[in-house]
Amino acid sequence: MSEWLEKQLPKLVLAPSFVAILIFVYGFIGWTAWVSFTKSKLLPRYDIVGLIQYDRLFVSPRWDVAFSNLFIFGFLFIVISMLLGLLLAILLDQKIRTEGIIRTIYLYPMALSLIVTGTAWKWILNPGLGLEAMLRSWGWESFSFNWLVDPNMAIYTVVIAGVWQASGFVMALFLAGLRSVDDEIIKAAQVDGIPTWRIYLSIILPSMAAIFLSAFIVLAHLSIKSFDLVVALTGGGPGYATDLPATYMYTMAFSRGDIGQAASSAMIMMAVVFAIVVPYLYSELRARND
Amino acid sequence: MTELNSKYADSGYIQKLILRSLLFLLLGIFAVYYLMPLFIMVTTSLKSLEEIRTGSLIDLPREVTFAAWKTAWSGACTGIQCEGLRPFFWNSVLLAVPAVIISTLIGALNGYVIAQWRFKGANLIFSLMLFGCFIPFQVVLLPMARVLGIINLAGSISGLVFVHVIYGIGFTTLFFRNYYVSIPVELVKAAKIDGANFFRIFISIFLPLSLPIIVVTVIWQFTQIWNDFLFGVSFSEAGTQPVTVALNNIVNSTTGVKEYNVDMAAAIIAALPTLLVYVVAGKYFIRGLTAGSVKG
Repeated sequence: MSEWLEKQLPKLVLAPSFVAILIFVYGFIGWTAWVSFTKSKLLPRYDIVGLIQYDRLFVSPRWDVAFSNLFIFGFLFIVISMLLGLLLAILLDQKIRTEGIIRTIYLYPMALSLIVTGTAWKWILNPGLGLEAMLRSWGWESFSFNWLVDPNMAIYTVVIAGVWQASGFVMALFLAGLRSVDDEIIKAAQVDGIPTWRIYLSIILPSMAAIFLSAFIVLAHLSIKSFDLVVALTGGGPGYATDLPATYMYTMAFSRGDIGQAASSAMIMMAVVFAIVVPYLYSELRARND
Repeated sequence: MTELNSKYADSGYIQKLILRSLLFLLLGIFAVYYLMPLFIMVTTSLKSLEEIRTGSLIDLPREVTFAAWKTAWSGACTGIQCEGLRPFFWNSVLLAVPAVIISTLIGALNGYVIAQWRFKGANLIFSLMLFGCFIPFQVVLLPMARVLGIINLAGSISGLVFVHVIYGIGFTTLFFRNYYVSIPVELVKAAKIDGANFFRIFISIFLPLSLPIIVVTVIWQFTQIWNDFLFGVSFSEAGTQPVTVALNNIVNSTTGVKEYNVDMAAAIIAALPTLLVYVVAGKYFIRGLTAGSVKG
């Protein structure tokens, strides 16, 4: 008996976690998916009626704003963070003696809560007292920077704060990648008299494709889940100009009492994440098993 | 070869000098860019409201006052309550400490099983856990709110601990699995022949080897849980909110005059624990970040 137990022990140890993941991840996804096909309002109902919630979602002007914001924000956030991160990594890769300190400075925003980041930038971008007032007091009377309260521009303030927070992290990823490139190849290229910028462009960067991919995955994932930053920086406003699917879902679930809309918007978020992450994880796991 | 070198030496040296200066100038500009918000937060928190209104954003405080810090810690309004950040700061401590310990322990055991006691299906379970790390949590908010209600943990700190443990398991398991997988399986085989059992091997052989990965995991989990806002705002009530939620409430409180210096002091207080961890153990922090993103 005890021998049997000893043999089964590894499985028994893993079992609670496995069950928990099955219920609280996959079961819950199933629950949300189910409810997204019902007429649930304040309370969940379980009789399936079809795609009515998705129909409502796709004609809702607010969802329209939230969903297009995801792509505006996501695209700019990812592209700018990657470019900035790459630039910083290359700059730091030039055998700098103070590299440790500089790296620490570039990366510390990643340790902050997005609520803290949002609070700080909300103050800096405050039209009456922040950056705008500062430049005006320096004599640039006509300077105007009111993106935070301009419905057409407010989403870009989320990009500004997001890039500030995440670009140092991309730098750290890329720097690790640059360091892993084979020194011999670079030395050989230098001996051949190939200029440094060509070495980066034609030899080093192409060999970092995997790092680009994981940086992209992490940033895309961050942007889809972005909720805290919008709440702290703009509160989704002005009006609902900076709503993202994440804030839309939260509003429907906890302020509007519209569970059906909350569930269907959550499922769309899930679909977007999966479209990006599943191929990535699949190839990662396959590569490992090979 | 020597001739070639001397020929280019002079112009090359000057060119190199210019390039180096440019490089440091750029690095300096970016350092200012990253440090500026923190600098502004600190100086603003040390100014009086009067000075904030009349002065400019990056001026140093003419008269340093800690009044805003005092208000932020023990007097600012987070709604109808005006007790500052203090009770919520302790909520976050009470929430983060058990959640970090429990999820790290579970992750260590899971990683040990998956990496060293491979059985059929273990890899599938690991893959399922990995996917769990990537889901947008919005998709579990509604059913979790109901389940917490059913098991009587709604609005409680224990409920938040539960939620953070559940959704932390994926990452902690990943960290330990990837660490243990590089330890040769022969070690376990040899120990088994010597009569050591499952837990004995874990405690006497694996745990003593695990200090680096424990540090990485604890730091990662602590940062995640301390900085969490979504679970905190969804599953807490007035008295049990974590510090991030209270900070957001202070900043967005509409009663009375807008006290920007108090907002900034509160933001720094909420950020201090994770910043401290970062400054003290930055190396492990970075390792966790990269381990969390570059799988395998």
